[in-house]
Amino acid sequence: MLHDDLSCPLLRARSVTKIYGDHVGCLGVSFDLWPGEVLAIVGESGSGKSTLLSCLSGAMEPSEGEVFYNADATGLTDLAGMPEPQLRALARTDWAFVHQNPRDGLRMSVSAGANIGERLMANGARHYSNIRTTAETWLEKVEIDTSRLDDLPETFSGGMQQRLQIARNLVTGPRLVFMDEPPGGLDVSVQARLLDLVRKLVADHELAVVIVTHDLAVARLLASRLMVMQAGRVVETGLADQVLDDPQAPYSQLLVSSVLQV
Amino acid sequence: MTAPIRVSDVTKKFTLHMQGGVELPVFDGVSMTVKAGQAIALTGPSGAGKSSLLRLLYGTYKADSGCIHIGHKDDAVDIVTASPRQILDVRRYSLGYVSQFLRVIPRVPTLEIVAEPMMQLGAAPEKARHRARELLKRLRIPENLWGLSPVTFSGGEQQRVNIARGLCPDYPVLLLDEPTASLDAENRGTVLELINEAREKGSAIVSIFHAKADRDIACTDEFDIQPFTGGVCG
Amino acid sequence: MKQQSSPTSRTDSPSYGFAYLNEQTKRMIRRALLKAVAVPGYQVPFASREMPMPYGWGTGGIQVTASILTPDDTLKVIDQGADDTTNAVSIRKFFRKTAGIQTTESTDEASIVQTRHRIPEQTLREDQILVYQVPIPEPLRFLEPRETETRKMHALEEYGLMHVKLYEDIARHGNIATTYAYPVHVHGRYVMDPSPTPKFDNPKMDKMPALQLFGAGREKRIYAIPPYTKVRSLDFDDHPFEVQKWDGACALCGETESFLDEVILDDQGGRMFCCSDSDHCGKRRETAGDSHAA
Repeated sequence: MLHDDLSCPLLRARSVTKIYGDHVGCLGVSFDLWPGEVLAIVGESGSGKSTLLSCLSGAMEPSEGEVFYNADATGLTDLAGMPEPQLRALARTDWAFVHQNPRDGLRMSVSAGANIGERLMANGARHYSNIRTTAETWLEKVEIDTSRLDDLPETFSGGMQQRLQIARNLVTGPRLVFMDEPPGGLDVSVQARLLDLVRKLVADHELAVVIVTHDLAVARLLASRLMVMQAGRVVETGLADQVLDDPQAPYSQLLVSSVLQV
Repeated sequence: MTAPIRVSDVTKKFTLHMQGGVELPVFDGVSMTVKAGQAIALTGPSGAGKSSLLRLLYGTYKADSGCIHIGHKDDAVDIVTASPRQILDVRRYSLGYVSQFLRVIPRVPTLEIVAEPMMQLGAAPEKARHRARELLKRLRIPENLWGLSPVTFSGGEQQRVNIARGLCPDYPVLLLDEPTASLDAENRGTVLELINEAREKGSAIVSIFHAKADRDIACTDEFDIQPFTGGVCG
Repeated sequence: MKQQSSPTSRTDSPSYGFAYLNEQTKRMIRRALLKAVAVPGYQVPFASREMPMPYGWGTGGIQVTASILTPDDTLKVIDQGADDTTNAVSIRKFFRKTAGIQTTESTDEASIVQTRHRIPEQTLREDQILVYQVPIPEPLRFLEPRETETRKMHALEEYGLMHVKLYEDIARHGNIATTYAYPVHVHGRYVMDPSPTPKFDNPKMDKMPALQLFGAGREKRIYAIPPYTKVRSLDFDDHPFEVQKWDGACALCGETESFLDEVILDDQGGRMFCCSDSDHCGKRRETAGDSHAA
């Protein structure tokens, strides 16, 4: 019906399954993600959200099923069949992974500038002043005072570290961003600032985002699509407002009715 | 030219799994057609499901059966069967919706919120902001508030920001849920004027107005939903 | 590297193999050395032996030297450029005792030079071998402590992290403040730690006629730079690699081009600068003395 429906998604999951011994991480998850879309994966802790995220981002190999990525617009490539150098190159250019705990995503022993510059240098940047200028620009984008450029992340607040992590990840202009509960543990105003930042980046750069969250308010404001997980399975998927306002599955209804008004 | 809104035989019920699977019928066999340049007012008693019908048209509620065709890019998309991605595309280019409540990310300035839908359509940011300023001015939002987030605005101000956002691009299809509620006479007049302008430009409009006087000004036809409802609040 | 199969009459202590290590061990180390020469800059794991000295005193360098030594070799050992410091003297003595070989303080006369943290000022020749004692062979360890990860980074030539360290230097000090163990790119492939030699010596490694061998005993790694191999010090386009410079000259020989050590003379703040390479300094003074005499 739509012309661009024939176009290629950026990320495709097909029956992604991860089994830990006799415990199910996630089971038979399938979806397509296109540029400019924000897909929120919601569900209670232990529902398999983070496991799924690891499988999607190539950090973990699924027990069954495939994850495809449209690298260099050459069509969908199975991550499992991708040589490691290419996978690692993707991870530091085309992809971003924003960890729940910024300490997992930052290099704590070097300055904010070096943190932002790392991906640039990994991709061949060899001009100090240019790297520094780019780092400064990104500090501004994530609203950290540029006077903090040479400070260690250790001296930053949790919210600043989280924003620094985002800057460090987005400096190479990735096309796909994975976020694991990014606003978790942040105070409300910092969370709002982060949401605004992500919203802007999605709008300005046509990013595709997979965000794991248990905060339905975050999901409503940020996501275009929602996937509800329970015990490793996807129980419902659809437009974010549809899933939140007219949930079909019993578990989605429970989830939506369990939170304060969002 | 086919009508931008064609609803045929739509049925909707809510199944409340939390309450032992109780089923609440909302609509049974609703059909309606709205042509370009036509503005239909939904009527019926309070709680009959007027807002629910708008949400069905917008895809926020999932119809159980029937078709809801919305004109989109020289074609039509059936919202009932379309994929989320298709619906998002329809919403971006063809389908505007002004709800009763403004839901925005805190901290985003009012001007950006109003201009955003137009930018998403690919308009140059300056052009979109220009249009947004125009609308905010006409809707009497003081200029010194444009740089602030509307989260802290009064109910009436938020409502007007919401309307400005919904009317900023010229959507071929517009859904308006009580756009004049909580507005004073002056602003109400402006909103009705803006709706009329949109209709004259060729938008197909479905709206809900509490006051008959407003319906008479802004709508060309009325549509009574009562015959199709299960009598349940939506 | 001539094979020496049994203890010779030239060793004082017949209970040891020639040059302390047994033949199987030397063979194993030579194999590692061959691989290291074949893949310049690549760290080859080897089964480092316990040596009769503590780690950090050159157990890696000493095993490499022991494995390449022949009875006809003349060995020079320097520690920070000097032939007369404890470590250098002990190692020379060790090989005189276990291999019965000649030792020297003259760079010119040596066929093998084992060094701790300097490269002789005098240009080495094709028939000489320079053996480095290496404490930490992994240049990436500073920012990436996982050995599994650093190996992968070497394998995939992912060396961006080295520049993160240099970036950090400039950000903190205004210039690349790494003055020793300054990372180099060998033969356009592997990034290598040149051991804690001052960066002053880095240019000497480039296209050196002599074979350069590196041994890290505690870390159990051997690597090498074959003669005439391109060795480039990492830098930024706008912060090019530079060596240290001194305002003055050597107080003893007047040299202005060599690496100078600061020597504190008294507790009144008296000090002087002199060549770190004691052989180089001595030779220059001799020559100066001769010309005076003549």
